[in-house]
Amino acid sequence: MDSHHSYSQVKGVSTGVSNLFIKSYVSSKTINKLIQVHDRIFCCIAGSLADAQAVTKMAKFQLSFHSIQMESPPLVKAAASIMRELCYNNKEELQAGFITAGWDRKKGPQIYVVSLGGMLLSQPFTIGGSGSTYIYGYVDAKFKPDMSLEEAIQFSTNALALAMGRDNVSGGVVHLVVITEAEVKHVVVPGNKLPKFHDE
Amino acid sequence: MALSYVLEPAVSGFNFENSTRNIVLENGSEEGKIKAPKPMKTGTTIAGVVYKDGVVLGADTRATSDEVVADKMCAKIHYIAPNIYCCGAGTAADTEKTTDMLSSNLTIFSMNSGRNPRVVMAVNILQDMLFRYRGMIGAHLILGGVDCTGSHLYTVGPYGSIDKVPYLAMGSGKLPAMGILEDRFKGNMDLEEAKALVSDAIHAGIMSDLGSGNNIDLCVITKEGVDYIRPHRESIYNYKRQAKYKYKPGTTPVLTKTVNQLELELVHETVQMMETAGSS
Repeated sequence: MDSHHSYSQVKGVSTGVSNLFIKSYVSSKTINKLIQVHDRIFCCIAGSLADAQAVTKMAKFQLSFHSIQMESPPLVKAAASIMRELCYNNKEELQAGFITAGWDRKKGPQIYVVSLGGMLLSQPFTIGGSGSTYIYGYVDAKFKPDMSLEEAIQFSTNALALAMGRDNVSGGVVHLVVITEAEVKHVVVPGNKLPKFHDE
Repeated sequence: MALSYVLEPAVSGFNFENSTRNIVLENGSEEGKIKAPKPMKTGTTIAGVVYKDGVVLGADTRATSDEVVADKMCAKIHYIAPNIYCCGAGTAADTEKTTDMLSSNLTIFSMNSGRNPRVVMAVNILQDMLFRYRGMIGAHLILGGVDCTGSHLYTVGPYGSIDKVPYLAMGSGKLPAMGILEDRFKGNMDLEEAKALVSDAIHAGIMSDLGSGNNIDLCVITKEGVDYIRPHRESIYNYKRQAKYKYKPGTTPVLTKTVNQLELELVHETVQMMETAGSS
């Protein structure tokens, strides 16, 4: 899930991955679902890992080619459009959804969601994946526009902890990426350091 | 791009010629429906661990064909490059050929560019190829190696997903092997500890999985070189042939003998002159 506030963005993702063949087996507890497609643009992935990795690889290549041709860092919207083209044109074969977020000089921090069939939507905050159904209420109630960085990190961590507490296929470790004009910071919160709620 | 491919350049899109051919053959004739042969899957336990100075890969050596052990000393750790080796689980032919193709491509690349290949490059080539075939190539691989950027261990799934990990087990015996690895893995182990850990993990897979068995192979990869220990630990059940099974000619008595002359009729005869060179 993502939230964005005045000058930067926090993207958070929880990290269980289950094996295709043994449906109840966790292949990896610490996989990083935040993939960097450009200096200040990241994608959160959901769905089939193979499809998502293939799409982001293709998008990374096309985006870097585009930014070399334009001789300037790409817009977040351009990155999201590339993902959307790939998802829409191959919608029969692919099963992956993305949240593309980042910072660019024109519009500052932005979040775009590219869903399974190839819909592209811009939002101030968004959630996705199997565990997102459990936290719609929480994020709708608790989101405030223009939060500070600490508030945004707390908001994301809380939302992810709640989702991981209720969704059996989400879990493991929380990866957060803070994207600002100046830098990109990757924060990892292990499962035992997450905030505790009454669902335990 | 800087990659060179030997046989043919990577074509975009999916190539399902063989699948369509199989469907046509199976549905073709009315009397005898031809069944596609079942691919041989090796029940397997393979494991890998990153330790202080490099990577240790391990595998069992049993290849099964349904209930029969087809090969007691099958080599599941494949050579990719002098500093990169790959363990394969899944369909035996797929892992064999995929790793062969990868190894050829990397050799051409290093001859062309004058550089040693990196593990991440091998992983990317595998990912591209396996994704293109949509899981039809049943290769579950553990790729390990040491290059100028350090020691790496990657898992590559049959649909083309990759993950970089410090320890890993795959194959039908992976559940017991993962139990051992999860219990005893530590970062920065030394060589003997790492070899014992991988060996015990494979041993757990052999004991608890019917598809894995026989001996344990280990492959230790470091910056200095590769130590391919085959076998590292032999199975205590070593069968020696009890007798010679060749029969002398004349062992089987001949009871009757009939000769049938085939009546052949000359239907058509043509003679074609060969154009031998004029000036001989």
